[in-house]
Amino acid sequence: MTRHAASLGDGPLRRSARALGISPSGAGKHAVLLIYTAVAVFPIALVVMNSLKSRSAIFDAPVQPPTPGTFSLIGYETLTKRGDFLGYFGNSAIVTGVSLALILLFGAMAGFALARHRFTGNRLLGLYLGIGIMVPIRLGTVSILNIIVGLGLANTQAALILVYIASGLPLAVFILSQFFREFPRDLEDAARVDGAGDFTIFGMAARLARPAIAAVAVLTMIPVWNDLWWPLILASGRKTATLTLGTQQFLGQFVSDWNAVLAALTIAMLPMIALYVVFSRQFIRGLMGGALK
Amino acid sequence: MATIDRAATRRRRIPWSLLVFLGPAVLIYSAFMVFPLFDSLRLSLFAPGGSGLGVFVGLQNYVTLLTDPLWSPRFWGALGNNLVFFTIHMLVQNPIGLLLAVLLTTRVLRGRAAYRALIFAPTVLSVVIVGFIWKLILSPLWGVASGALDSIGIGQLYGPWLGLQGPAIIVVSLMSVWQYVGIPMLLFSAALLSIPDEVIEAARVDGAGPFRIFSRIQLPLIAPTVGIVAVLTFVGNFNAFDLVYSVQGGMAGPEFSTDLMGTLFYRTFFGFQLQLGNPTMGATVAGAMFVIILFGVCLYLFGLQRRLQTYEA
Repeated sequence: MTRHAASLGDGPLRRSARALGISPSGAGKHAVLLIYTAVAVFPIALVVMNSLKSRSAIFDAPVQPPTPGTFSLIGYETLTKRGDFLGYFGNSAIVTGVSLALILLFGAMAGFALARHRFTGNRLLGLYLGIGIMVPIRLGTVSILNIIVGLGLANTQAALILVYIASGLPLAVFILSQFFREFPRDLEDAARVDGAGDFTIFGMAARLARPAIAAVAVLTMIPVWNDLWWPLILASGRKTATLTLGTQQFLGQFVSDWNAVLAALTIAMLPMIALYVVFSRQFIRGLMGGALK
Repeated sequence: MATIDRAATRRRRIPWSLLVFLGPAVLIYSAFMVFPLFDSLRLSLFAPGGSGLGVFVGLQNYVTLLTDPLWSPRFWGALGNNLVFFTIHMLVQNPIGLLLAVLLTTRVLRGRAAYRALIFAPTVLSVVIVGFIWKLILSPLWGVASGALDSIGIGQLYGPWLGLQGPAIIVVSLMSVWQYVGIPMLLFSAALLSIPDEVIEAARVDGAGPFRIFSRIQLPLIAPTVGIVAVLTFVGNFNAFDLVYSVQGGMAGPEFSTDLMGTLFYRTFFGFQLQLGNPTMGATVAGAMFVIILFGVCLYLFGLQRRLQTYEA
C-alpha cells in the first residue's frame, strides 16, 4: 500500500500519511477494521461498564461509563449473597484442568505411537480415532447418560471429565501425530544407541512438540470451559455446576434484577477474558497453526 | 545391534510399550464416544414397554418422527429453522470472516495483532454469556438497540425481535455469527498467509488491482479452506443448542420459531416443563441429526473437496 501511495505522487500530505503507515486505500482498510472491532467489543464493554453502575444509571444512560455519582457495586453484593460463583469457578477449573491434562497426555502418547511405529492396522486406527473430529459426541447422549448412571457417576465431575476426554482426544491425536512425524529419525536412533527406550524417546519428542501441545491445549480448552450441554445432562446439581451452567441458572432466577445479571455476566466472563488478555497471541497462533496442519 | 532389533520389532511384533501408549486413548474414546454413538443408534430402533430394553420396532420411530402429526411439525420446523440458521452463517459469517482475513493479511498494516485479538475475543466466551448479553442489548426495557438505531436515524425499524416469530431466528443466528466470525477469519488468514508473496507481487507488477488479485489468485488458492470452513459451519450449526436454550429457553419460543435440531433433541430426550423425556425418541432425533451431519460431511468429502482439488491442479 505504501508503494501504492508513492506511485500516486508525493505531496506533503501523502508523505506524512505514509510516515504513519496510512495510505488512501489503507485508510479504507482501517475504517472497516475499526468499525468491525467496535462491533465485536462494544457489547462486552457495555456489560462490564454497566455492571458497575446503580440501577437508575443503567437505564437512564446505558452507554455512559460509571461516574463517582453513578458507581455502585450492588449487583456484585447480590452475587456474593445469593450465588456461589466461587464454587462454580472451582468446579470449572477442576473439570477443565483435569480433562485438559489427560487429553494432552493420552493424546500425545497415542499420537506418538501412531506416528513412530509401523504396525498392522496403524492407518485404520488413525481413521478410527479421526471419526470423532467430525461426528459430535452429543449425538451419543442417550447412551452416555445410561453408561454414566450405570457406573454410578451421575452428578459427579468424573462423568464430565470422562466425556470431555473422549471428545477432545480425536483432534489432539490428529494434530500431535502429525507433529511427531517430523521428529528427526537421527535423534531417535542416537538415543536408542545410548540405550534409551520408547518412554525416554517419547519424553524427548514431547518436549520438542511443546508448540503443538500448546495449540491443542487452546483448541481443547475453550469448548470444555464453555460447555453447557454436558453439565446440564450429566451433572446439573448445585455442587457440581460449572461456571457456564451456574451462570445460566443464576441468570434465569434473577432475570429482572439487572444489577445482579450484569454483575454475573461480568464475573462469568472474567476468567476467560483474563486468560485471553495474557495469552491472546498463543490463542491465535495456536488456532492458526492448528488450521495449517 | 540395537537398530536391527528395533527394525524387527517395529515391523512385526507389537511391542508392549505400544499398548501402553495407545491403551488409554483407545479405551476412553471407544467407551465414551464410539460405543455410545452406535448404542444410541440401536436404541432408536426400540420403543419403551415390554421388559428391560423395550420392544424392537425397527424404523417405526423414524416414521413417527417424520409423519406423525404430533412429532412431524416439530421435526420439520426444527430442520427448517436449522437450515435458516446455517444459511445465515454461510451468507454473513463466512464472507465477513473472509473480508476481515483479506484486510488483516495485507503486507503493511499497523495494529494487525490488536485488530485480530479484539475481533476474535467474543469467540472465547461462553455461548450462554454471549446470548444473554445480546438479549439485554435488544431488550425494549433497556433501549440500547433502539437508541443505537435512533442515533443513525432508523429508529422506526426497531422491534422486540426476539419475541416475534419471523425475526427471532434471524436475530439468534446473527448473535451466533457475531460470536464465531473469528474462526473463519483465522482459518482464512492462515490460508492467505500460505500463498507465496512472489505470486501476488508478480500479479501486481502485471497491473492487477486488489479486486482482481483477490478473485483471480487469492480466492482460487484458498478454495480448499472455503470447503473446510463450510463443512465446519455445517457440523457446528446442526449441532447447536446452547444459544437458543439460553436466549429463548428450552421451548425455543416464540411458538418454536427458533427451535433447532439440538433443542428438539434436548426436549425430546430429557423432557422440558410439561413434556416428559423419551429416551428412545430422543435417540431417534439424534439418529436423524447423525444422518444430516453425515450427509453434509460426505457431500464435502466426495463432492466439494474433489472438485476443489481438481480446480487447484
